[in-house]
Amino acid sequence: MIRFSVNGKESSFDGDPEMPLLWYLRDVAGFTGTKFGCGMALCGACTVHKNGEAVRSCSVRMKAVAGSSITTIEGISANGLHPVQKAWMEIKVPQCGYCQAGQIMQAVAFLSKNKNPNDEQIDEAMSGNLCRCGTYQRIRTAIHQAAKEMA
Amino acid sequence: MSNIENVSRRGFLKGAFAAGSFVLGMQTLPHALWAAYAAEAPAVFQPDMYLSIAGEGTITIIASRSEMGCGSRTALPLVVADELDADWSKVKIEQGLADAKYGDQDTDGSHSVRSFFDQMRLVGATGRAMLITAAANQWNVPAKECTTEPSFVVHKASGRKLGYGALAASAAKLPIPKKEDVILKKRSEWRYIGKDNSLYDLRDIVTGKAAFGMDARMPNMLYASVEHPPVLGQKVKSYDDKAALQVRGVKQTVAIETFKPPHHFQPLGGVAVIADNSWAAFQGRKALKIDWDASPHAVYNSEPFRKTLESTVRQPGKVVRNVGDVDAEFAKGGKIIEAEYYAPHLAHASMEPPVAVAEYRDGKVVAWAPTQSPQGVQETIASVLNIKKEDVTCHVTLLGGGFGRKSKPDQVAEAAVLSKKLGKPVKVVWTREDDIQFDFYHSVAAMYLKAAIGPDGKPTAWLQRTAYPPIGSTFDVNAKYALDEMGLGWNNLPFDVPNHRAENGPADAHVRIGWLRSVANVYHAFAIHSFADELANAANRDSVQYLLDLIGPSRIVPLETAPEEQEEARPYPLDTARLRRVVEMAAEKSEWGKRRSGKGHGFGIAAHRSFYTYVATVVEVEVDDNGDVTIPNVWSALDAGTIVAPDNVRNQFEGAASFGASLAMLSEITVTNGVVNQSNFNDYQLVRMNTAPRHTSVTIVESDAPPAGVGEPGVPPFAPAFYNAIYAATGKRVREMPLSKTRLV
Repeated sequence: MIRFSVNGKESSFDGDPEMPLLWYLRDVAGFTGTKFGCGMALCGACTVHKNGEAVRSCSVRMKAVAGSSITTIEGISANGLHPVQKAWMEIKVPQCGYCQAGQIMQAVAFLSKNKNPNDEQIDEAMSGNLCRCGTYQRIRTAIHQAAKEMA
Repeated sequence: MSNIENVSRRGFLKGAFAAGSFVLGMQTLPHALWAAYAAEAPAVFQPDMYLSIAGEGTITIIASRSEMGCGSRTALPLVVADELDADWSKVKIEQGLADAKYGDQDTDGSHSVRSFFDQMRLVGATGRAMLITAAANQWNVPAKECTTEPSFVVHKASGRKLGYGALAASAAKLPIPKKEDVILKKRSEWRYIGKDNSLYDLRDIVTGKAAFGMDARMPNMLYASVEHPPVLGQKVKSYDDKAALQVRGVKQTVAIETFKPPHHFQPLGGVAVIADNSWAAFQGRKALKIDWDASPHAVYNSEPFRKTLESTVRQPGKVVRNVGDVDAEFAKGGKIIEAEYYAPHLAHASMEPPVAVAEYRDGKVVAWAPTQSPQGVQETIASVLNIKKEDVTCHVTLLGGGFGRKSKPDQVAEAAVLSKKLGKPVKVVWTREDDIQFDFYHSVAAMYLKAAIGPDGKPTAWLQRTAYPPIGSTFDVNAKYALDEMGLGWNNLPFDVPNHRAENGPADAHVRIGWLRSVANVYHAFAIHSFADELANAANRDSVQYLLDLIGPSRIVPLETAPEEQEEARPYPLDTARLRRVVEMAAEKSEWGKRRSGKGHGFGIAAHRSFYTYVATVVEVEVDDNGDVTIPNVWSALDAGTIVAPDNVRNQFEGAASFGASLAMLSEITVTNGVVNQSNFNDYQLVRMNTAPRHTSVTIVESDAPPAGVGEPGVPPFAPAFYNAIYAATGKRVREMPLSKTRLV
């Protein structure tokens, strides 16, 4: 039995320990805000936090989750009141929206380490997250705005 | 053609529309089709567009078109709400099911707002007129003394006002006013149209609550992942699933029959692994051993095929537009310029791979799918399972991107086929590898252009030939020539050239070919607008000034339009004044006149009209000593007529610059012996935040012309503007996409 927490709630899993966290979250636990995009940590759509660090949940096995604290988009703020979510809404970042949960999770983790990033730092931190609609420019603007609000 | 009906006077309302609600329906089918539909199903007459106002004031508007990121699910209800003078915060949008009563539901061709704008205005204005009448009757005052403010009818003279909710029950009893008695708002009175507003689903998206196809579930559903034939048309000879069945969570395997040509949107065939979660199904697939039979498409190899296409376009093809006599002009001798261009296959790679849930029960299917073509889901499942399309219910989820891929419902049909075999709901999840390797690909294309140059440097003759496997091959195995693709930037050259001929040569299809955002405009615009810039440089002229000369004086360009397209095209003549204007605006915004290219820094321009929208794009590139390219700035100017949601339009064009940058710089699908070589984002590359255009500025022409497309038109001018900038920066003319195949230093 693997024990861990998801969004602050104690959880356990006794299925295949090789299963990626993504599929536990989506198919077993029903946290569908975390998206499947590539299965190879190439697109960032599945980004969640493991002990506060952004990880690609498609490439983290359940056996590596034991004892961890997992946070998904559902655990950031249910009402969209996190400064990053608010900035995303004010800048009107999304088009289709599919990648945005992963983008937001990446941005939240990044801003917890770098309170006042410049463009190059944002580009580097976010370049693992694909957006086929191409909302990169707005994501960058929204991260600057969130950083200001969080300062 | 649209007729509005007061549906609340009929007795069948249920669900979203509570008793006592005021409900308007509208038929948007062409009249003849509507009559046929009503004759078929008179007992279940349900007008297609619903606008309902409940007693407590909630206004529900049905979205009958799919939302894949272009914003039409928000924009069209916004138009209704504006003319209704509704309080937008009280509006609830419900997604409509697939149903022929909606007319064309295909969310494609950048036409949602274009095709439905007038009808949405009319239904909103009709509702407003009836609410005013209801209030006027209650107050016993003339209706013309009443006006509205958001969700209220107001009688200024007496200071009285009544909410729409309070008026719903009495409005529901009124007859529909005549169309001529319904007063549309003046443009200056619009509260929402043309103003900045947010996507209806915005908060749900940022909180992870938005429900995409990937998130659809049914009770007791099984998960399936399908091992498709590596080569199009292959069938399973035999397979061994012993190891697959040993995988934890795998329940069984099911063979799916390979389609009978033409493939249309039928399932590809193969072997499905059924499991109790997606990942187990993926793992089971890796353990399958399948023996495939032979397919004639195994002959397909990208490099030799390229040579075939190139030799095709060196020969005369089918003439699709002819003005004057290019041959006579070429025969005169003088300066001739020729060039060939090549563009590869592309995959859509929407962030949400193809996915669907379906349940077959008692001869009927219920499906949940992220589809651009809900009625296509009905038709495909009906034909594959041999049931009536009315017995297929298709719920449309949000789409995690579409770009044309999700116009094809093959994966939804897979789910339905499997559900029938298993007796349970089935969710089919495609992996990214499935998505890249089994797409309906954007076509590979070769183009040949030839111009005779007059003494002023302008062309006196312009010949253009193109060849590529046509989209028609999806529906007809013998299709070798393009059809609709010709209107996508090939038979409508807007240049002022006295002798012009456009041709199309034949090509075979060996993979599935489909629509991708802006479709044939991508390679047509690449060739035409690269060539225009080549001529400018050959004449030693400034690219913008030369382009304006090439477009020539303001005029309506005479075009031959197919009879079935004439009604649609009539409000949208090809007006060179509008094309010139976007060129001038893009040049002005980019400060073109002050810019100097060279030494690894360059600016390029291209202007292209597609989906009736005029777009000019200036791209700035920097090429470093290693030949690595970055794009500091893009300036796009567009004239799409009337704009409903300007900030969303800017977002679409910013995104189009990224989409354009991906295909111009990085993306390519190649095929070896019928098998696609790329499989995921490591080898099918897209721009990321650090490689995308760093800043895109979008300028929108203020216009009261009819609304045109905004989802696709930003894409076509990007690639030629980019390659023209590469030339300006390096002196190197690159005539094939993507740029990653060419070493610049």
